[in-house]
Amino acid sequence: MEYILIIIFTVFVNNIVLAQFLGICPFLGVSKKTSTALGMSGAVIFVMVLATMVTWLINRYLLITFHLAFLQTLAFILVIAFLVQMVEIMLKKVSPALFQALGIYLPLITTNCIVLGVAIQTISKQYNLMEAVVFAISNAAGFGLALLIMSGIREHLELMNVPKGMRGVPIALVIAGLLSMAFMGFANLVHLK
Amino acid sequence: MAKTESTFKNMFLALFLICSIASLALAGVYLITLGPITKAQQARKEKAIREVIPDFDTLVPKTVRVAGSDQDVVLNYGYKDSVLVGVAVETFSTRGYNGLIKIMVGFLPDGTINKIAILQQKETPGLGTKMASQTFTDQFHGRTPASYRLAVKKDGGDVDAITAATISSRAFCDAVQRAWDVLQKQGGQ
Amino acid sequence: MSMNQLQNLTKGFFRENPIFVLVLGMCPTLGVTTLASNGLGMGLATTFVLVMSNLVISLVKDLIPDKVRIPAFIVIIAAFVTIVDLVMAGFAPVLHERLGIFIPLIVVNCIVLGRAEAFASRNNIFSSVIDGLGMGLGFTFALILLGSIREAIGNSSIFGYKFVHGDGILLFVLSPGAFITLGFLIAFINRVRKVT
Repeated sequence: MEYILIIIFTVFVNNIVLAQFLGICPFLGVSKKTSTALGMSGAVIFVMVLATMVTWLINRYLLITFHLAFLQTLAFILVIAFLVQMVEIMLKKVSPALFQALGIYLPLITTNCIVLGVAIQTISKQYNLMEAVVFAISNAAGFGLALLIMSGIREHLELMNVPKGMRGVPIALVIAGLLSMAFMGFANLVHLK
Repeated sequence: MAKTESTFKNMFLALFLICSIASLALAGVYLITLGPITKAQQARKEKAIREVIPDFDTLVPKTVRVAGSDQDVVLNYGYKDSVLVGVAVETFSTRGYNGLIKIMVGFLPDGTINKIAILQQKETPGLGTKMASQTFTDQFHGRTPASYRLAVKKDGGDVDAITAATISSRAFCDAVQRAWDVLQKQGGQ
Repeated sequence: MSMNQLQNLTKGFFRENPIFVLVLGMCPTLGVTTLASNGLGMGLATTFVLVMSNLVISLVKDLIPDKVRIPAFIVIIAAFVTIVDLVMAGFAPVLHERLGIFIPLIVVNCIVLGRAEAFASRNNIFSSVIDGLGMGLGFTFALILLGSIREAIGNSSIFGYKFVHGDGILLFVLSPGAFITLGFLIAFINRVRKVT
């Protein structure tokens, strides 16, 4: 039951992009077409779940055991960088088409607040391993949801007459703001525990 | 100087050296800052204790491990001339919007809440952070948890939540409730 | 590089402002600018990391094999981010608490790795330091600007000094306000740049 609360809270109430401002760069960059948005979401889910699990384990059995908590940032980002490299290599072999479509965005998942942000938050919320995995999947799903909605809107936006100064990033940000406002409506949907 | 070749040996060596030097440097900085960090935390606690209970000359702390959590509740009994003047309870809640919040609740010997100070929180700036403001904490002063229901009005309690920050308000109530429960179990000394 | 050092320093403010022009480092920009002082603190912390990592990377750029340069850069940047994190926890605990998770997130700030890759790994030490300084200060400038606007409208105060009693338009210190304010700010600056 608790897991359902975590899911609803993380996807809607505390949406990682619209409420927590993590993952904005890919959010603005990849949300122009729905197909790439879907592909990016898939990649993010995979990397995020894997990264959260591995960093959780490393934190528990390495960093805490040896009092090396101050190495958290360093260790976590290295793990994430390594994982993304692996995903890139795998993707090239398994689905070259998707690899091409994602282009530069794949390595961008490394230098991305989303994965590191979720990994750090998992530790600070003191989740156990199972809760951490659910948390990671929910965050990635929330990211995917925001991305999908955004790309749908932006595809429509292409056909409209946007004032010259607002074209591109500015209008995308304003729309994100409106989306964020909409999501605020979920605010009291659930409360934890 | 020519660029180093990307042979396996060179790559491994370069990364190994960089990681080692970085880790050592960080260990050094960590040890240097450990003092100031601990001091800052201590100072904040002491300031909070002085703020929430009446003047005291002796402080007797008692640490209580709470079941199901790795955080402790610390009861600080304050005495003046060997008479108990109040208990400053360092309590916590993990239900904050962004995780752990720690507050210091000052109880008078008769069980009423004297004052509450915030120790640590990561809530949304401008919203949940308002739990530190007097407009919110003042409503707890002079109340006895025995009769004052420590829950937000929405949940059937007596507490006025912060506008648009119900979760933070709930976490705050949870922390105060925890302080009260532990104090009841341990008893005044 | 034919650019002189003065141009190098000031490009980060307008011509190549990381937030308004290059659109990098969005996450902390939206996340911490609820108060102008947060923007200042975050900006300075990031500037420190930028300058130091640019310095070190420019120093060792020839020693690092090409294939592992990104991981190597990341380690160096992460080290300086951790240093900033620890120092702030010890000497500026209130700011440290307010900036929260965005401090360790400096390590994934696209600006830092971006400058390391695009500039520091190809230029001499002095230019790299100036570049880091310029970009960092330009970033700080943008953060203070955005933070001041949001704080003024949303909290009726600037740098903590309240000029009207009571709350402002709460929306501006919440998430939608961040997006909308930044969107219009960028549009406005685009307009200004096209005129000049």
